[in-house]
Amino acid sequence: MSRRFLRKVINLVALGLSGLATAIGLFFLGAILWTLLSRGLAGMSGTLFAAMTPPPGSSGGLLNAIYGSVVMTVIGILLGGPVGMLAGTYLAEYGRDAPVSAVIRFVNDVLLSAPSIIVGLFVYELLVISMGHFSAIAGAVALAIIAIPVTVRTTEDMLNLVPQGMKDASTAMGAYPWRTITSVIYPAARSGIVTGLLLAIARISGETAPLLFTALNNQFWSTNVNAPMANLPVVIFQFALSPYPNWQQLAWSGALLITLSILILSITARFVVARLGPGGQR
Amino acid sequence: MNTAAAIDPRHAAGQRLRERLFRAATFVAALLVLMLLGGVALSLLHGAWPALAHFKLRFLTSEVWNPVTDQFGALAAVYGTVVTSLIALAIAIPVSFGIAIFLTELAPVWLKRPVGIAIELLAAVPSIIYGIWGLFVLAPILQRHVQPWLIDTIGPLPIVGKLFQGPPFGIGILTAGIVLAVMVVPFISAVTRDVFETVPDVLKESGYGLGATTWEVIWQVVVPYARTGMIGGIMLGLGRALGETMAVTIVIGNAHRIGSSLLAPGTTISAAIANEFTEAVGDLYTSSLVALGALLFLITFSVIAAARFMLLRLERRALSSV
Repeated sequence: MSRRFLRKVINLVALGLSGLATAIGLFFLGAILWTLLSRGLAGMSGTLFAAMTPPPGSSGGLLNAIYGSVVMTVIGILLGGPVGMLAGTYLAEYGRDAPVSAVIRFVNDVLLSAPSIIVGLFVYELLVISMGHFSAIAGAVALAIIAIPVTVRTTEDMLNLVPQGMKDASTAMGAYPWRTITSVIYPAARSGIVTGLLLAIARISGETAPLLFTALNNQFWSTNVNAPMANLPVVIFQFALSPYPNWQQLAWSGALLITLSILILSITARFVVARLGPGGQR
Repeated sequence: MNTAAAIDPRHAAGQRLRERLFRAATFVAALLVLMLLGGVALSLLHGAWPALAHFKLRFLTSEVWNPVTDQFGALAAVYGTVVTSLIALAIAIPVSFGIAIFLTELAPVWLKRPVGIAIELLAAVPSIIYGIWGLFVLAPILQRHVQPWLIDTIGPLPIVGKLFQGPPFGIGILTAGIVLAVMVVPFISAVTRDVFETVPDVLKESGYGLGATTWEVIWQVVVPYARTGMIGGIMLGLGRALGETMAVTIVIGNAHRIGSSLLAPGTTISAAIANEFTEAVGDLYTSSLVALGALLFLITFSVIAAARFMLLRLERRALSSV
């Protein structure tokens, strides 16, 4: 009888602890969001989006940093997205069973979890040294390299979900594989591929480490992609650790802005999948 | 074969050309993924060569990191990297295990999805945000409430006490480890949850049929079945923790030293690179930082490769059992 009681107690304690663990995880998410809201909301105003990053002590905004982040993220996804989609297509269709595909999948998985600062060092060695200066384009290339493995993975997974019957039907009508892929498989997997791209954008738009020594930073308005460019993550890093209250306020507002954008992107991406189903059919 | 092709040879030729081009494009893109990894390895080696040739093995065994005298050793940074990651795992493994149990065995269906997404969102929060949150919110709380208690209660103990002595700085190795723990929990718990879900219901039901409690089924049926996958998930989290940069850079205090206390400031490989790279003057200094990067690449590559290998084996087993 007491042994049964003991087992029940152990069961309750263990399950209670697992609930507690979940509560701890949720608590940290809540605590971070609460900090960002309580410190960042105060600085949310029109000037945040209209003025440049100021020198210490005077008022300003984050316009050049927001612009730089958007530009580099867009170029990064334009460079990395298509490459990732094509490579994912090879893995899922042409090279599905090729021996080289197994190697590529493995390498892609490694790249997926590789430290982003290593990518920064790589692009520094590759582009910054040969060009002789820091530039927004180098930053964008670093972001693209981070986006590629994410897109490869999601594209391959999503293409694999398209029913074989649809592919066979297209082939039976005499279509070449490229026609089957672009006219049948891509449309069927569209929502999944879009989700992958959204997740890749969410991933790269908050990256700081790879930009530190590729895009660097720029206190002024610059649209030249061949020159250093301001960007939100690096500005947050620099301003948050500064002793100036106006810089710190801007850092918190920027942090709120970037986190909300990324969380909204991530949640949207999940709902696209949930609503349309992984293969795109309802 | 193709009726249009039979009628119009030019159309068929065009189709074949496009087929060849498209196929080649996908293949080149796939090869690019391979070349990326090779390119990263080569460029890091190239950049690290001057420092490695100059210091030889001393680079790995020396703790001294002195830009003034041009003496660079990686030991302190490697130590900080390993210790912060171990602290992170020590905290994150039980928490992730609990979350995975909650999500697969306990939570009612309507709660599973929102809670699962909320935990996953922890992974979406950028590293820099964890950093400033750790510095401005977590570190002061640790400094005022947690660290003095650790110093008073564990500090006087023999052996273990050494880890918790000295003044409470707030920032330092322990703080970095805690922030890292929060950052890797979503990765480990996601993998653990997924492998828990691959356990066949029949196995669990047999356990319940014999009168086992939920915990007994988890511990004696689910965990043994999912062990390889769980270890893979943990290694994946370890890979994340080892290479994490911004959050650690902000909260670790950046001191190239090996202290016995976990409360003291330290540094990690990635933090040293992030902090010093743009300010490094002299070729040897820059090259030493790149050599640190190469070392980090080697360490994380081995850990991640081992993790992926384990998860890959598991996938195959899951496929063959279907």
